[in-house]
Amino acid sequence: MDHPYDAIVVGAGGAGLWAALELAREGVNTAVLTKLYPTRSHTGTAQGGVCAALGNLEEDHWEWHMFDTVKGGDYLVDQDAAEVLTKEAIETVVELEHMGLPFNRTAEGKIDQRRFGGHTSNYGEAPVRRACFAADRTGHMILQTLYQQCIKHGVKFFDEFQVVDLLFDGGEPDKGGRAAGVVAQRLADGQLHTFRAKAVLLATGGFGRMFRITSNAHSLTGDGVALCYRHGIPLQDMEFFQFHPTGIVGIGILLSEAARGEGGTLLNDKGERFMKDYAPKLMELAPRDMVSRAMYQEIRAGRGIGGKDYVYLDVRHLGRKVIEEKLPDITDFARIYQGVEPLKEPVPVQPTAHYAMGGIPTNVNSEVVRDDKGTVVPGLFAAGECACVSVHGANRLGTNSLVDLLVFGRRAGRQMARYAGRVERPLPIADAVEPVRAELEAIRGRTAGGESVATIRAALQDVMMDNVGVYRDAKLLTEALAKVVELKGRYQQITITDCGSVFNTELLEAQELGYLLDIAHVTVASALARTESRGAHSREDFPERDDKKWLKHTLAYQGKDGPTLRYKQVSITRFQPKPRIY
Amino acid sequence: MEVTLRILRYDPDLDKAPHWETYKVGVDPMDRVLDLLIKVKAEQDGSLSFRRSCGHGICGSDAMFINGRNRLACRIRVDQLGKKISVAPLPGLPVVKDMIVDMDGFFGKYRSVKPYLINDKPEPERERRQSQADRAKYDDTTKCILCAACTTSCPSFWARPEYVGPAAIVQAHRFIFDTRDEGAAERLEILADEDGVWRCRTIFNCVEACPRGINITKAILEVSSAIVGQRG
Repeated sequence: MDHPYDAIVVGAGGAGLWAALELAREGVNTAVLTKLYPTRSHTGTAQGGVCAALGNLEEDHWEWHMFDTVKGGDYLVDQDAAEVLTKEAIETVVELEHMGLPFNRTAEGKIDQRRFGGHTSNYGEAPVRRACFAADRTGHMILQTLYQQCIKHGVKFFDEFQVVDLLFDGGEPDKGGRAAGVVAQRLADGQLHTFRAKAVLLATGGFGRMFRITSNAHSLTGDGVALCYRHGIPLQDMEFFQFHPTGIVGIGILLSEAARGEGGTLLNDKGERFMKDYAPKLMELAPRDMVSRAMYQEIRAGRGIGGKDYVYLDVRHLGRKVIEEKLPDITDFARIYQGVEPLKEPVPVQPTAHYAMGGIPTNVNSEVVRDDKGTVVPGLFAAGECACVSVHGANRLGTNSLVDLLVFGRRAGRQMARYAGRVERPLPIADAVEPVRAELEAIRGRTAGGESVATIRAALQDVMMDNVGVYRDAKLLTEALAKVVELKGRYQQITITDCGSVFNTELLEAQELGYLLDIAHVTVASALARTESRGAHSREDFPERDDKKWLKHTLAYQGKDGPTLRYKQVSITRFQPKPRIY
Repeated sequence: MEVTLRILRYDPDLDKAPHWETYKVGVDPMDRVLDLLIKVKAEQDGSLSFRRSCGHGICGSDAMFINGRNRLACRIRVDQLGKKISVAPLPGLPVVKDMIVDMDGFFGKYRSVKPYLINDKPEPERERRQSQADRAKYDDTTKCILCAACTTSCPSFWARPEYVGPAAIVQAHRFIFDTRDEGAAERLEILADEDGVWRCRTIFNCVEACPRGINITKAILEVSSAIVGQRG
């Protein structure tokens, strides 16, 4: 079935919904495709807040926010993009309030703000109250508010449609082709549909499911990212993956940094606030990469709780009122998933795979670019976690993911509307669904003999967690590379048992695993090549940052025998690289 | 430990009607029912189908009928249920396959109550002000994740599927009591319909089912009072 539109948005998290809203306001004929229902998107799980230099409680400036973002990203941030991010953070947060977002309020009725890791006043002096929040369900309220506005503006949704291929007009992207639409599978009956459009936005989120312990939803399998890679678009800075310090032990569910923003502390087995040895000025509010490394160091030195592989997050001293009003959800998580009462006991925590700094390379208008010169793929856009613009560099600061998806989702929608106004809609492509149909039939045809999706997925998650985690070295990464290549081979013979057409979630999971394998391959290859330590990429065999050789972005292209790596310059406008001390 | 997991299975391609299947699953007492379903799918039957996403009670995908009550599969632990666990799809909605029900009607009712801020006044340059006390009036109903556990636990909904249901009323409440909103009159008119708030018989099933701990019956009564107040 062929659906002609002017714009297609893939993914209904914060970035996709805001883009759709802008397109609807401009009267562009738009469809949003999501493999879930929109309100199930992972934006909804963001807890602590969204930073904007409103200065509602103390002096603050977007330049300070920009500096923190650049330093937090260990100077791999593109500073032109960080300037856009931090300036426009202010107007996007105000606009969200106008849309009805129920922010917590100050005594004067303004948007309330709290402290967050790495966010400081006066270029690194002290923590600043910059994170605007709605209790500890800020992401939930952002997702709800944007979905409400999309309903108000009559946005057309195709819920539970899984995008399985990208279409191009005039050749593949590397031959100058432009975006022409997508192929999607309707999960309810397995039918393939073609959505034809002038402009296509990928807002498909992250891919934390390649790790065993992750805060990410089951659905975060990097679909849009892998599809770009398979069509010759490079993936940028994939070696940088953030491990959030405070995950629930064993299962990875996140306990927000807001707990530390409100004054929660981290304790080792001796009951010491060990962050004093690693970041004396910011303590527990140092950036996430540093806190996660500090936790590992403590655990390695035998100072994990009872000598085990976790430490304590302690919020007891905050008192019942603060905990119940400002941190209700995360205390509930500790009770349900760990059986711990945070009012009375410290909570065991360990780092959990959380956020991809890398992704599909884009410019500040959210247009996808395919080389080191910034050549745009006409009509193709990306925003949110799947994109790499790059405002997070080597390590993202807390709350900046929400800022990113709001600012660049909005920009994507506006740029798509302009673009759609000046080009013709691509003609239908003959046999557009055939490559995907063949791929799906091949998987469905193998009902015996091979391994299951679950077996290969578990093996991938294990090797990524054990070898490509917080600390890496050449030996671990070389082993991981061989393992991922081996798993990709075994994946070719995968077997599924569900032969049906209605909600064949096993077939869906098989496709998702294919995406994760490609992404893991790029991640490992990029990490092995980068012989320095920067932000979240920490090489024990190369412990120093090396600006001379490595102050550059990685671009990984699909090659015949795995990823081919090239590099691209970092945009440096205001802040020259300096040692990163907190 | 080992639990006996009974699952109400249905595949429209193969089955005329839903039927129970029994699985023995080795588990940890701290595992959630969602972990069990994932384990069965991985180790015993790959065709077992259910929705899930965030896995920690925020996205609202995995509401099911578990040991006689609507709950989120990712929020209920084995040690809270015991060694015999039964899982069926949410009652009162058409079953598509296994635990997957057709949610379109549910979301249609949600959309029918105009679940968005209505305020046509020019926007100020900065945020609209709202006092902490006014913000608190609708705090509880902002927690709703649209999982449908409440609506599908409601005998009034089972008896009359046209009833707008507790979830939609909760979503309407969130705006009716927001001082920034000016659409209360339109929404109250919708909810004063014969399939609106009056169908609530204060049975409290919804309150018991809500995984977010929202006091739904209180919200419904506040909306009813507002309708009466408006008429008076």
